[in-house]
Amino acid sequence: MTSSKQALARSASSADAAPGSQPGAARRAHGRGTPPPGPDSWRSRLYRWDMKASPYAFIAPFFIFFGAFGLIPLLYTAWYSLHNVQLSNLDQQTWAGLDNYQNLISSDFFWTALKNTFTIGVISTVPQLIMAIGIAHLLNYKLRGSTVWRVVMLTPYATSVAAATLVFVLLYSWDGGMINWLLGFVGVDPVNWRESTWGSQFAVSSIVIWRWTGYNALIYLAAMQAIPSDLYESAALDGAGRWQQFRHVTIPMLRPTILFTVVVSTIGATQLFGEPLLFGGASGSKGGSEHQYQTLGLYMYDQGWIIGNLGKASAIAWTMFLILLIVAAINLLITRRLRKSQ
Amino acid sequence: MRTSTRGSRRLMALAAVAALTTGLLAGCAEDSDDGSSNSDGGSGGGKTTLTIGTFGVFGYKQAGLYDEYMKKNPDITIKENVTTRTDVYWPKTLTRLQAGSGTDDIQAIEIGNVAEAVQTQADKFVDLGKEVDKSQWLDWKTAQATTKDGKTIGLGTDIGPMAICYRKDLFEAAGLETDRTKLAEQWKGDWSKYVDVGKDYMKKAPKGTKFVDSASSVYNAALGGEDQRYYDEDGNVIWDKSTGVKKAWEASMEVATSDMSAKLKQFDKPWDQAFANAKFATVACPAWMIGYIQEKSGEAGKGKWDIAAAPTAANWGGAFIGVPTAGKHQKEAIALAKWLTAPEQQAKVFAKQASFPSIPAAYPSLKPQAATTAFFSDAPITQIFSDSAKTIPTQIFGVKDQPIGTAITDIGILQVEQKGKTPDQGWDAATKEIKDVLGQ
Repeated sequence: MTSSKQALARSASSADAAPGSQPGAARRAHGRGTPPPGPDSWRSRLYRWDMKASPYAFIAPFFIFFGAFGLIPLLYTAWYSLHNVQLSNLDQQTWAGLDNYQNLISSDFFWTALKNTFTIGVISTVPQLIMAIGIAHLLNYKLRGSTVWRVVMLTPYATSVAAATLVFVLLYSWDGGMINWLLGFVGVDPVNWRESTWGSQFAVSSIVIWRWTGYNALIYLAAMQAIPSDLYESAALDGAGRWQQFRHVTIPMLRPTILFTVVVSTIGATQLFGEPLLFGGASGSKGGSEHQYQTLGLYMYDQGWIIGNLGKASAIAWTMFLILLIVAAINLLITRRLRKSQ
Repeated sequence: MRTSTRGSRRLMALAAVAALTTGLLAGCAEDSDDGSSNSDGGSGGGKTTLTIGTFGVFGYKQAGLYDEYMKKNPDITIKENVTTRTDVYWPKTLTRLQAGSGTDDIQAIEIGNVAEAVQTQADKFVDLGKEVDKSQWLDWKTAQATTKDGKTIGLGTDIGPMAICYRKDLFEAAGLETDRTKLAEQWKGDWSKYVDVGKDYMKKAPKGTKFVDSASSVYNAALGGEDQRYYDEDGNVIWDKSTGVKKAWEASMEVATSDMSAKLKQFDKPWDQAFANAKFATVACPAWMIGYIQEKSGEAGKGKWDIAAAPTAANWGGAFIGVPTAGKHQKEAIALAKWLTAPEQQAKVFAKQASFPSIPAAYPSLKPQAATTAFFSDAPITQIFSDSAKTIPTQIFGVKDQPIGTAITDIGILQVEQKGKTPDQGWDAATKEIKDVLGQ
C-alpha cells in the first residue's frame, strides 16, 4: 500500500517537475492517472472512491435489470406458490403452505408433463445433435458454393416458431396432410399425428429438430475448422480412412463443443413451449386430449393463464427451476468426469 | 478474374439468403398481435385519444365506424388495440384491470369471460346501466353482464343466434330433402333428430364427405339452447348434474361414435381447408360463422350453401364492451361505447361483418351484403337468425365456464371422437380435467 502510494507520489512530482510542461497539462495528468498530493485531501478520496466504485457502477445496469425482472419475479413466484391465488383476484391470497406442491406431486397431469418433457427432449435432442455432427462433417469438405450451403443450414433457425409450426401442422394433418399421403404410397395407414402419443411427440420433435439442427451444425463446423490439419495428415499417413479419421480425430477434438451443445439443448428441451402450444391449435395448452404432448412449460401456462390458478402455476415454475438446477448439476459432474479422464 | 467470380459467388449467396429468409419469414407477419401500449392522449391540439381493446375481428374498423365517429367528433381520435387470441387477450386484460393501469379506455369482454368479469371485476368497471336504456337489448344479453345488485358492466355488442348451414349439393347427392323449411321441420325441437338426418345422409353420402365437421360443434350448439349449463344462479358448479350438459353430451356422443363426423377441430387449418374441399355437409352455424364459411369456402361454394333453422333456439358466442374505471377519459369512452352499440351501428357492423345485433330494434333494418345472400342460395338470413335470437333462453354463466367447456370438448369429446374411447371413458377424462380446473 505504502510503496504504491510512494510510487504514485513520485510520478506525480516528476510530472510537476517536468520541464516546459503546462500547469494545465499537469493538472490533467492528475485527473487521469494520479492522485493529487496530500494524504487525505477531498480529491484523493474522490479518486480512491472512483477507483473502487466505478467498476460496480459499470456492471450495475445488468444487475439492476436482473433484480427487477429476474430476481424479484422469482421470489414473488415463490411467495405465490405458497398461496391460493386466482388470476381474476390477485389481491386475495390465502396461505396454502405446501399444498400447491403436494397437489402437483399427486397430480397425474404433472407426471405426464414431466415424462413428456423428458421423452420429447430425448427424441429431439439426440437425433438433432447426431445429424448436426454429420452435416458439419459434410460441410467441412471442400465444396462449391460452401457459403450458400452453410447459410441454407441456418435458415430454419431464422424462421419464427409460429410460421414453422403452422406449416408442420398442415404437413401432419390427419386428413389430407402430406405426410400421411406419402405414407399411403408405402401402404401405411394414416397416423393421427396429433392424437396418438408417439405420433404427436414425434411430430413436435421433428419441428424442434428442423429448427435447430443447422444451428448446431454450424457450431460444430466452426469447431471442426479449428482442428489442425496436420492431425488429419498424420492420421492419413498411419493409414486411417475417412471414417476412422472422423472417429479418432474429429470426435475427440470436438468434445468440449459437443458438451456445450448438449447443455444448451438440454436447457432448451426442458423449456420447450412454443412448438407444442402452436402444434395443438385452438386449445394447444392442453397438449392433446390425453395431455400426450403437454410439456412442463405448457402445463404451467395452462394452469396459470388459461385456468387461472396462479398459485399452482407458480409451484410448477419453481419445480421446473429446481429440475433445471439438478440437470445443470448433473452436467457439471459429467464435465468434470470427462476432464479428469482426459 | 478470380476476384470477380468470388464476388459474384458471394452475391449469389446473399441473394439466396435474402430469398429464403423473406420467403420463410413472410409467414410470421400474420400472427404478430398488436399489443402496442396505448397512448395517453389528451396532448396535442386538445385532442383526446380513446383506445379500444378487442380480440379478433369486431368489425368496427371494417364498417368504418371509427372514421365516422371521428368525423362527427373532431376532438376525438380512436385507436384499436387488437389481440388476436382470446386466451392471450383475457389474462392480459385481467392483470391490467387489477393493476389499475394499462387498460384501454374501452375493453371488450367475451361471453365466456363475462361471468368472471361480473363476479370478480365489477368494481373495476363503470356502471353503464345508468347511461343507457337497458330495455333496448335482449333481456338475456343484458342479464349476463349485470351483477346481482344491478350493476351493468358491459354493453352487448353481437350475439350468436344459431342455425344450421348445409351444402345443398351434397344433400341432393345423398338423396335428402334440400328445402330449408322442410329440413328445419325434420329436426325441429331436438338435436337427436338432427343426428338422425345425419344417419340418413351417411347411407348414401357422396364419397369422401361426412355429415358434420366435429362432435364438439354439435355439443356447443346444443348446449347453447339449454338454460342449465355449468353453474346455477348462486354460482355453484353443477356441470355433472346439469340436464343441459347431459343432453348436449348425448347428442355429441351419437355423432362421435358414428361415422358421420369429419373429426376436425374447429378453427384449425385443416378445418379451414375442409370448407374449401367440401368435406362435410353441415355445420352448426351461429351468425358469426356465415362470414367464416363464405371466406373459407371461396368462390367454389357460392350458391351451394344454404341455411336452415337449428333444432333449438340457441346462442353461441358474442361479446360486450365495458369501460374500465382506470381509464383516463371515462366520459368520452362511455359516449363512444354507447354510440358503438346503438342499433344503427350494430346494423352497420352486421352489413359488413355479419355480427348479429343484440338489440332487436335493429332487426327490421338488417341487410346482409348481396354477396352473402347469393352465397347462401338467397336464404332469408336475417329472418332465420332474428327468429332464433328472440327465443333464446337466459343462460347462467360461471367464473370458470371457459376452461370447463374446453375440458369437455377438447378432452372428453375428442378422446371419444379421435381415439376411439367409449363415451364413459371420455366422460371420466373430462371429469378428471374439470376437477383439476376447479382445484378439487
